[in-house]
Amino acid sequence: MRARVLIRPKEGILDPQGQAVERALPALGFDGVRNVHVGRLIELDVEDASQVPQMCERLLANPLIEDYEIIELQEVAA
Amino acid sequence: MKFGVVRFPGSCDEVDALMASRRFADADLLWHGDRDLDGIDAVVVPGGFSYGDYLRVGAIARFSPLMESVIEFARDGGPVLGICNGFQVLCEAGLLPGALLPNDSLRFVCRQVEVVVENPGTPFTRACEVGDSLSIPVKHTTGRYYAPPGTLPEEQVVLRYAPGHNPNGSMDDVAGVCNDGGNVMGLMPHPEHAVDPLTGSADGGRLFESLAMVPA
Repeated sequence: MRARVLIRPKEGILDPQGQAVERALPALGFDGVRNVHVGRLIELDVEDASQVPQMCERLLANPLIEDYEIIELQEVAA
Repeated sequence: MKFGVVRFPGSCDEVDALMASRRFADADLLWHGDRDLDGIDAVVVPGGFSYGDYLRVGAIARFSPLMESVIEFARDGGPVLGICNGFQVLCEAGLLPGALLPNDSLRFVCRQVEVVVENPGTPFTRACEVGDSLSIPVKHTTGRYYAPPGTLPEEQVVLRYAPGHNPNGSMDDVAGVCNDGGNVMGLMPHPEHAVDPLTGSADGGRLFESLAMVPA
């Protein structure tokens, strides 16, 4: 299975990367942008998709400071 | 009293930590791939970029063979001091509450700061008095301490940045914390770089001196 894991800073925790991007966009003429957050995308092929949540809890994310979302699981093309 | 100083691939402050330890006790380096802590009375997890800090700071080092032994040593009450990257590793290992986030400035900071001793009742601060101010350098990009609400009791705050000295946006100016048992401590400042007046301050030696003192 192909798994795609999205990891983002937990809501309420200061995200200076997101703020920096949010401040940079108006400089390019993109107005009306709010709530920018910068996270991480991990893609992996796994034999047992049921293990992915445990992988997130134990290594891929730090649940104290990050939320994770397993957004896609597809068969790997042969 | 013998200190063991951990060396990971990517450690860079282990020699300073070893030299600082040897001012007050016997000390040797411990290789990350070994498991043996025989004869070690206290462990120092030093600064650097263990395992490249890939994924998240400290996230991969936490699973090294030696760290498994260090976690067991800490759970048995053995004293463990984590400095900078070592602090990050101990948080990732679940031995300390909270986590370290990128500095609020998003910049690497490298400067001398004043930290205040909040809890002199730990093995790492027993040579200090409450309110003592220590001049110790910081040098990091990922040093903003955060603990979810309700997970850091005040007595586990060992060191705070003095007013105006918080270099990274740490919650409540926290510079160093200990675990519930008091035998594991982590801090972002580098006491091993402040053990000789030649380099501006010997205040960091107080932590190594504390650790070398036989418990009363």
